[in-house]
Amino acid sequence: MPRDMSYDAVMKRKNEIMKKAVGIDYQIFESGSIAFDYERMMQEVGYTIDEVRKIQAETGVGNTPLLELKNLTKLARKVAPPGKGARIFVKDEACNPSGSFKDRRASVSVYRAQKLGYKGVIAATSGNYGAAVASQAAMRGLNCIVVQEVFDSHGRGQPEILEKGRKCEAFGAEVIQLTVGPELFYTFLCLLEETGYFNASLYTPFGIAGIETLGYELAEQVRAIAGKDPDAVVITHAGGGNVTGTARGLLKAGCQNTKIIGASVDLSGLHMASDRDFNRKSFTTGHTGFGVPFATWPDRADVPRNAARPLRYLDRYVTVSQGEVFYITEALAQLEGLERGPAGNTSLAAAFAIAQEMDEDQILVVQETEYTGAGKLPSAQLTFAKEMGIEVRRGDPADDKPGERIIIPEHPSQIRVKEVDLNVLRKSYISNCIENYRVEKVTEEDIKFLAEDTKTDEEYVKNVLKDLGVKF
Amino acid sequence: MPDALKGTWVQIHKVVLKPEERSARLPDDTKKVPLEFRLKGFLTHDANLGDEVEIETLIGRKVRGKLVKINPMYDHGFGRPVPELLSIGMELRKILGGEDSAS
Repeated sequence: MPRDMSYDAVMKRKNEIMKKAVGIDYQIFESGSIAFDYERMMQEVGYTIDEVRKIQAETGVGNTPLLELKNLTKLARKVAPPGKGARIFVKDEACNPSGSFKDRRASVSVYRAQKLGYKGVIAATSGNYGAAVASQAAMRGLNCIVVQEVFDSHGRGQPEILEKGRKCEAFGAEVIQLTVGPELFYTFLCLLEETGYFNASLYTPFGIAGIETLGYELAEQVRAIAGKDPDAVVITHAGGGNVTGTARGLLKAGCQNTKIIGASVDLSGLHMASDRDFNRKSFTTGHTGFGVPFATWPDRADVPRNAARPLRYLDRYVTVSQGEVFYITEALAQLEGLERGPAGNTSLAAAFAIAQEMDEDQILVVQETEYTGAGKLPSAQLTFAKEMGIEVRRGDPADDKPGERIIIPEHPSQIRVKEVDLNVLRKSYISNCIENYRVEKVTEEDIKFLAEDTKTDEEYVKNVLKDLGVKF
Repeated sequence: MPDALKGTWVQIHKVVLKPEERSARLPDDTKKVPLEFRLKGFLTHDANLGDEVEIETLIGRKVRGKLVKINPMYDHGFGRPVPELLSIGMELRKILGGEDSAS
């Protein structure tokens, strides 16, 4: 009898399909309640830093340069109070084979797929990760399918995503291009079932272990240049892997006091599953539409337990506007001779503002860049935005309104960060855990887990539970 | 002469889910439209635009759908120079001007 391929039937087979497609039995790390053994999962299924470095060296991933942005630092000092303006460095991740830090993430997944004998890999992504998986699969001789959300119902493709699709095809991958909607996941499950390929999920322990080398390398590089640890690292935050992997790498390198700052483009007001809104945003990643939901409910991912858990590591979370990121992207090209981004420059826009709060002898690292070109460049994105009826003008970026207008700052002093209250996200996460695991009484183990998973303490968690009226 | 011969690089289209088959949790505008699928590959037979066809993808999978484009163009580009960005470099160099120390 043929399998039932209806939406509901396939979604019901999700766990069974995923178990075959990632080769991990997540059950063994479960407590039966909210808690699960995160560190054991990362240890048993992931790889050590040395193993990952070896895997990445095989395909030319990592060891990217750390560049000091002297002119942007100088500019920040011009607009900062006297004595303020930390030295800004950037890790030039665009130097990876497919042009972004995502090669680190893909390298370990594709290595794992090859080792386990899978014939191919599949990734559900509209971002640079697709090209990374396609590139790594090409090097290791595996087939690759990338499933993208790229068109609205009028068949208009988001230029940035069209470019990422082109790049995947350039590496020999099959690219499935879908219209807007979360049912991309249904198509993805059907493909996993049909092909028996490996799910190169962004959220497995392999993917996260692959990013740890980024944090580890930058710690080594800063120490070699400045003889001390970085004071803060700014990380563009979307699904949480970039924050998690980089922070874990920094900790493994012994950077206990380095502040971990997440930054996203503010797209509040736009609905991520809306056919209309889809092409009215100029950033397809690194934005709050991923950053907030993945922080408050990481286990929404395509694996049962997400290895990317941003609240476990974040000390601070800020947003910047689309216009501010376009401005800093232009500044990076004009003053530093580096044409990169723009989405990957979200953390750079935030860093430019944060550096002005810090002392001149402090070190602030922006931990990524990404390749740019047709479709991705500010000129491509802003031309498209204007065609979609978005107003683009110079002014105060405080007047920016996602989906309606993009305000390009008139002066560098107008680049500011907006704080996201981590306590609000932490409470929302704890509340989501209660709801999703249908827990009536929270165990001691759960409380300990939630404290670790929110970078707080048991008292903090107990107070939140009291507020929520949950027994423990 | 058919529009496209066997072996031609083409794009196919199909509807994955009709509006009524879609997930219940969607914004209203998305709920009204189908989930559509586009894929490129080599035609396994001669065909005309609009025909139901079979293609072989870059990894050798055979997939069926309606033939919608022949040798489709990569039409995303660099866009037009953006007046709102063009003068930023000059403005910033002016702010930096006169200073000689970068550290």
